[in-house]
Amino acid sequence: MKGFLGVDVGSVSTNIVVVDADGKLLVDRYLRTSGRPIEVVQQGIYDIGKELAGDVEILAAGTTGSARFLTSMIVGADVVKNEITAHAVAASNIVPGVRTIIEIGGQDSKIIILRDGVVTDFAMNTVCAAGTGSFLDQQASRLLIPIEEFGNYALKAKNPVRIAGRCAVFAESDMVHKQQLGYNTEDIIAGLCEALVRNYMNNVGKGKEILDPIIFQGGVAANAGLVQAFNHYLNTEVTVPPYFGVMGAIGAALLAKDIYAKKGSTNFKGFNLRDIKYVTTSFECKGCSNACEVVQFYQNGELLARWGDRCGKWELQID
Amino acid sequence: MKISFPHMGYSYIALKWLVENLGHECIVPPEPSKRTLDLGVRHAPEFACIPYKILMGTYLEVAEMGAELILSSGGRGPCRAGYYWVMHRYLLEELGLDVKLIAFEPPLNDLKGFFKTIHWLRKTGGRSVKEVLNALEVTWEKIKALDDLELCSHETRPYEVNRGDTTRALWKGLDMVDQANTLAELAEARHEGLRLLESVPRDNSRNPLKIGIIGEIYVVLEPAANHYIQIMLGEMGVHTDRSIYLSAYTRNNTIVNLEGDIKAMARPYLNADTIGGHGVNSVAETVLYAKHGFDGVVQLAPFACIPEIVAKGILPTISQEYGIPVLTIFIDEQTGKAGVQTRLEAFVDLLQRRRENKAKSERLAI
Repeated sequence: MKGFLGVDVGSVSTNIVVVDADGKLLVDRYLRTSGRPIEVVQQGIYDIGKELAGDVEILAAGTTGSARFLTSMIVGADVVKNEITAHAVAASNIVPGVRTIIEIGGQDSKIIILRDGVVTDFAMNTVCAAGTGSFLDQQASRLLIPIEEFGNYALKAKNPVRIAGRCAVFAESDMVHKQQLGYNTEDIIAGLCEALVRNYMNNVGKGKEILDPIIFQGGVAANAGLVQAFNHYLNTEVTVPPYFGVMGAIGAALLAKDIYAKKGSTNFKGFNLRDIKYVTTSFECKGCSNACEVVQFYQNGELLARWGDRCGKWELQID
Repeated sequence: MKISFPHMGYSYIALKWLVENLGHECIVPPEPSKRTLDLGVRHAPEFACIPYKILMGTYLEVAEMGAELILSSGGRGPCRAGYYWVMHRYLLEELGLDVKLIAFEPPLNDLKGFFKTIHWLRKTGGRSVKEVLNALEVTWEKIKALDDLELCSHETRPYEVNRGDTTRALWKGLDMVDQANTLAELAEARHEGLRLLESVPRDNSRNPLKIGIIGEIYVVLEPAANHYIQIMLGEMGVHTDRSIYLSAYTRNNTIVNLEGDIKAMARPYLNADTIGGHGVNSVAETVLYAKHGFDGVVQLAPFACIPEIVAKGILPTISQEYGIPVLTIFIDEQTGKAGVQTRLEAFVDLLQRRRENKAKSERLAI
């Protein structure tokens, strides 16, 4: 069988998928990045290769996420795309006709507006990470509730309390305050979900024309409490697609499929990445006052690429 | 006297020449860096906007380098930046630094004050009136030459074959303008600089997207404050035009000065002549860029900048009426450029797809 590989390396999770020639998902992995993107990608791709057991030939690979460039060097990608475009591509393939995408990940949240399958507008949180996955993670562990259970607590609430959602720091002190007053955990968690939705709508959603069908994706879409809060706020039903957590990676794989149709060959290095030794080093260029930090990327001791300089003096890329 | 001033794009080249030719020594302000920001943040109120913090840091850096006098600017209208110099002066005093700070108010507001300061600088520098008039003229021409070269670089960069060629050619040209001392030398430097930029190897088969850059003056003019956004976009293959150039009032080859009354353009959307800073301009300029066939607009705003927030609230209406996408980027203390890069890439993707679809539907119509 033929397949296409997509890798999405974000701040919190690393997602790897393989789709078939029709764009159908064959296999997916949702891993924690844990600040070690190179090793996680190597191991993840190796594991996927083992699971597919030689049944699937990868025709092309794509990467996305904040580590997309580094990842493309590791796997040998044919296309490197920003996560906004990747998410939009995946969503419009899985839910044809989608007009609004709500995407909340580990450290960023975005809204993407599509019309007739084309992105017409988008926004991403700028200076504030309130309401993203990292904050929910932190609150869940503070309340000693596994993050997987967090949303279900909210569903049990009878009377959500009001929490100030504008800033994660103040939201937390507001929550602590309400706890000390004796409100029950369910109501507080439900209140938090509502606050986060309010913050999202006032921050990234401001001034956007939000029309049905609406998709809610990204790791945070696993939280049933937030889904309910969005439904309530928007007064409609948001759809959580089956592979909501790996949509970015699916998008990258679909983009790889498009590129393959044009190019007909691939740079993909194969599943056996675990045996390759990747090392990055960096140095500060002393050429001018900009003092750029240049990153050097080595594969088995051989310099493969250099980036990070503003003037292009050090830039190097060997295909 | 050792004189310094804020760093704003490449203007320091002209201002350095002016200070030296008024008979003083110039302390050239360093390009704002992480250290500038650290210094500024340490001594600035938390809620102040990024231009305040960068300027504060710059003043502390030039004071360290021995500056005795800092020339700054005031401003009119309700934007608090007009009073920043007063705050900065208090802070420098409080820190016990032996450096004076004076501000030029816009000449239109206070012509007398403007000339009084120049007169005082002339006398302390020991120059004749004639010499000073000549110095002012050359300085003005330098500012124009610097802007000419920069404008040309933004037009050239999206076509460059080897990344960085344009930027390196620009640096050489700026250096030549820096070396010029007379109007004749300056004309030659300008000419030679433009020639260098024109000889950058180009791929003319490209059809670059066009993006207008609008927003608050400091973050628009200082590349170190806006993640070098014009260079970044240029290297993605985008032709950018920005709304503000120091020499803009006298030129007729920038988009924003082609039309007369900028406030009148904004009036259908914002019926107030001033909301401070460049708020009204941002509204009007979006209309202008749309009318001139630009593919999109990027608004640069310091975090918590009220004039730009007001403008941002109005932009979706214009965006819809004229069909021109707008991306707002708030600038604060973060120095990581990855986030900006991601948004810009996505924005460029969006504009590219729009252009392709438009071309398709036009073909169908024919």
